[in-house]
Amino acid sequence: MGKIEDLDFKKNSLRKINNFLQNINYKNNKRDFILKNPKGLHAICAGLTENISVNIKGHVGYYCGGMNQKAHITINGNAGTGLGENMMSGLIHVKGNTSQSTGATAHGGTIIVDGDASSRCGISMKGIDIIIKGSVGHMSGFMAQSGTLLICGDAGEALGDSIYETVIYLAGKPKSLGVDCIEKKMNKKDIKKIEDLLKTGKIKNLKVNNFKKFGSQRKLYNFNIDNISDY
Amino acid sequence: MCGIVGLYLKKKTLHNKLGFYLSGMLDNMSSRGPDSAGFAIYNNKESKKNYKYSLCLNKTLSRGFEQDIKKNFKDITVKNISDHIVVCTSATPKKFISYIQRNFSEISLVGYGRSIEIFKQVGNPKEIVKKFKLEKFSGSHAIGHTRMATESAITVDGSHPYSTGEDECLVHNGSLSNHNNLRRQLIKQGKNFDSLNDTEVAAGYISQKLSENKSMKKTLTECLTDLDGFYTFIAGTNKGFAVLRDEIACKPAVIAENNDYVAVASEFQAMAHLPYVNKSNIYEPKPGVVYTWGK
Repeated sequence: MGKIEDLDFKKNSLRKINNFLQNINYKNNKRDFILKNPKGLHAICAGLTENISVNIKGHVGYYCGGMNQKAHITINGNAGTGLGENMMSGLIHVKGNTSQSTGATAHGGTIIVDGDASSRCGISMKGIDIIIKGSVGHMSGFMAQSGTLLICGDAGEALGDSIYETVIYLAGKPKSLGVDCIEKKMNKKDIKKIEDLLKTGKIKNLKVNNFKKFGSQRKLYNFNIDNISDY
Repeated sequence: MCGIVGLYLKKKTLHNKLGFYLSGMLDNMSSRGPDSAGFAIYNNKESKKNYKYSLCLNKTLSRGFEQDIKKNFKDITVKNISDHIVVCTSATPKKFISYIQRNFSEISLVGYGRSIEIFKQVGNPKEIVKKFKLEKFSGSHAIGHTRMATESAITVDGSHPYSTGEDECLVHNGSLSNHNNLRRQLIKQGKNFDSLNDTEVAAGYISQKLSENKSMKKTLTECLTDLDGFYTFIAGTNKGFAVLRDEIACKPAVIAENNDYVAVASEFQAMAHLPYVNKSNIYEPKPGVVYTWGK
């Protein structure tokens, strides 16, 4: 463990702090950072590439932790639109709620949200694991391609609309399912995956059998001549 | 883009800080709207008998105008700030507004009512807030807007808030696609419009419904069926304000509520400077749901 360094947005500009975190010099052995007074600023901790730990004390704005690789980011507050957008690896843990498009297009790593995520959570996700301990808003999992979206609460309208191969595990109820999204039968792999995610998210009040599995009916994959009049 | 903000103070002791808090909110929303800015302040301090008319002088000289109206109307007081004038008088809207329109065609009426005062200008929000000395304003609630112009020109006429009825105003983040049709319908019903802006149509629509004695909640619910497009609205009256997001909810909004105030803004950073905001109940208004605060 290296020593913890405090960085304050009241004293330093966003660009300066991001630049610093994006270019960590490992030789001086600092790997833990605390960010103070984030004031809802956008793009905090975007583009981190190293295995460092960042603890943000407050609410953040849009695209926090975007494109993240390896870094572990904890947010003690709420996050705005596009949290962890296009993230590649690492972990983002939000202790409050998140706004729309959480984990959009993200390829890998894990996002944990202790509260709710609003609309379009996991839109076009491409391999990330997203764990939402609360509920999600409408159009979540829209065109989601791979990875896993685990929701402990309910889901808004059109869950998994036009979904590809992302798997959604939902403990609550969806207001409605989107086009081509259906409930599916669980297999051993699913049970193992849910157990792993519950462990990662430190979720103790729910068990595997609380969840239902949703995924693609794969009817939109190929052109259907019966739909010709729709084009 | 565009940034919208609203602040409702629950405690009278805070009323003298309204302008100070709101100026910080508008300043923080400059990034969402650098083209123009405006704000509406609700303040019931003046005598309830009188009307307040917020006027933008444009190129008219204030001295000549002041002398003229003081000659023609009784018990008149005038507050002159930057290129705006707030006239306080017992003269009825019908009489006063038609007088202005007849004799001072260059002057535009920004809004009127018993408690509302509206100011708007083209330019950077930070400078506009300074020019109008917003920090010094007091009142119970206020609404503001920073504009990134999309569908009509960068002019005072194209700036928010839009006021289309007594003590009413509207700010809008988004764009409407059926405003031309709706404008034609409202003109047939007797509404007047000063600009080609989509938000002015939405404001006119809301005023029309309110004048039919519909509640704000019912009026905004009807917006969901009659207005086509993207929007987050903050609609103000002398009683308070209401918030509505369309059902697709692409346009952001966040609310912070505690025992002292309710703050609404496009982004959290607009309210990061407010006292105890981190300890407030912070949430996003749900799509298609009307939220109201006030007396």
